[in-house]
Amino acid sequence: MTVPATLAEKIIAAHAGVTSVVPGQIVVALVDVAIAQDGTGPLAIQQLRDLGQVRVKAPTAVFFIDHAAPSPRAELSNAHQLVRRFCDETAATLSDVEMGVCHQRVAESYARPGELIIGADSHTCTAGALGAFATGMGSTDVAIGMAAGQTWLRVPETFRIEVDGRFPDGVGAKDLILTIIGRLGADGATYRALEFGGPAVAALPMHERLTLTNMAVEAGAKTGLVASDEVTRAFLAAQGREADWRALAPDPGAAYERSLSFIADELVPVLAAPHTVDNVHPVAELAGTKVDQVLLGTCTNGRLEDLRAAARLLRGRRRAAHTRLIVTPASQAVWRAAADEGLLQELAVAGAVVTNPGCGACVGVHEGILADGEVCVSTANRNFKGRMGNPQGAIYLASPLTAAAAAVAGEIVDPRELLGSGGLSTKGAHHG
Amino acid sequence: MPGPQGASEILRGRAWTFGDDVSTDQIAPGRLFHLRTDLPELAKHVLEDENPEFATAVRPGDFVVGGRNFGLGSSREHAPRILRIAGAGAVLAQSFARIFFRNAINVGLPVLTCDTSAIEQGDDLEVDLGAGEVRDVTRATAVPFAPLPPVMLKILSDGGLVEHFRMYGEFHLPEG
Repeated sequence: MTVPATLAEKIIAAHAGVTSVVPGQIVVALVDVAIAQDGTGPLAIQQLRDLGQVRVKAPTAVFFIDHAAPSPRAELSNAHQLVRRFCDETAATLSDVEMGVCHQRVAESYARPGELIIGADSHTCTAGALGAFATGMGSTDVAIGMAAGQTWLRVPETFRIEVDGRFPDGVGAKDLILTIIGRLGADGATYRALEFGGPAVAALPMHERLTLTNMAVEAGAKTGLVASDEVTRAFLAAQGREADWRALAPDPGAAYERSLSFIADELVPVLAAPHTVDNVHPVAELAGTKVDQVLLGTCTNGRLEDLRAAARLLRGRRRAAHTRLIVTPASQAVWRAAADEGLLQELAVAGAVVTNPGCGACVGVHEGILADGEVCVSTANRNFKGRMGNPQGAIYLASPLTAAAAAVAGEIVDPRELLGSGGLSTKGAHHG
Repeated sequence: MPGPQGASEILRGRAWTFGDDVSTDQIAPGRLFHLRTDLPELAKHVLEDENPEFATAVRPGDFVVGGRNFGLGSSREHAPRILRIAGAGAVLAQSFARIFFRNAINVGLPVLTCDTSAIEQGDDLEVDLGAGEVRDVTRATAVPFAPLPPVMLKILSDGGLVEHFRMYGEFHLPEG
């Protein structure tokens, strides 16, 4: 009889070759998937070359060119070239400029329930939505993880986030995770794993689960996880990967350091105000704030259902004259599906500039850098000073619906006010 | 606790104070993404959005002193690397974000968790790695710092994770 284990403990124990682990324990664990991107990959490659290691031992190693894709500068073109050459020389896979954001691509093509995934990008935790233990590290850790097929880990304590009830119209996973981070604080879960569960999470489709786990790191957490169930199976089947599915749930009686409960029915649309993600306010408190730019996209909310939700709110409407609307689908698969559905056309008609898939304006490199004093409502995961390329810009984080509503109104506004008019099915608008 | 380079090492330098929640976007701004493959150049801009004088006026061995949750955000290892290149002898903070802490150890930058609330800009500090103590010479006060976990102490004392691998060819870490 083994000790009841949380999701994180189960996965780590299996990869450390032991029957059980306890929080605080240091283990050396096998790595299934190791990833890096064009911001962190070149340094990882340099470390491997310094070590004389140009062999990749991790079963899956992928380099994504997504942060500055396509390259806006010669220096970055050279960095991209370095990544491409390394992938040519080794067993590492290249995901080039047209393919999109690493975390969306990992969910679509690589992550499997029960796997251990490390990535030189802090939002690697996104893949936890599929029941994997996925965590962000630096270039050196990931380089060694790729070369050795192993990494060292401190087994995290787990916080259980239990969500009951049903989401009201116009409120979704983004509002939930921002509310959670507002309660925990930006360092409230440092070193911990967040395990999301309860009836409201079980009912969430995969795109909303990915939004939850994506932002676990914004409370300081090492990862966020959701049990692998029929929703996971259906998502993998839709990617042509049903064979990759397995059920995975925490054991009854697993030990949690803390348990937090939320009632979905009580949630309202919220935004994280500048310059920290835990500076969370109900939309009513911020309504009327003038908005210069809206970003709809990123690894947090750049999925097909997010674009659908925004497009339905925008239908028959147009962006405010002073508010730019930038739409950056998370991946090529999302971009193509949105094109097939006519969503890109609808968004363009509403006044959006639709960019190529990728990280886009979120990381401050190109495709939407703010001017001094400008305000952006973004569906991304970070609003730090300087994040979007200008420390004089101000970033508010919100759901796709709240972002689309801001584009129409030209100011922060409760999206439910716009959903109420025009006879939209709000539930459908949000959950697609 | 033994110091990373030996039992009795004392680091000396001036304090450069910063607030809570200093993110890696502030340490290594995203708008300078193109300099990530030129770390000496990127280091000329380290922390410039928080204190434009820091990068030019920092002297080798000076300490970066933060509040809570230092280094939150992006996993960019460039952040601790350019702090080190700029000359920082160590980072002292009340708490650190997880990835930054791990990255700092991997690249050989000491990170010490201690009560930094009484340290002021320009104070002369001594970090006694053997005694586990940060002394504010200007204010004649001293605070203990939390010992590093043995696994991180091992990596730091080996000179970082790459050096650790060069030595052992695999993970060779203490338990616990």
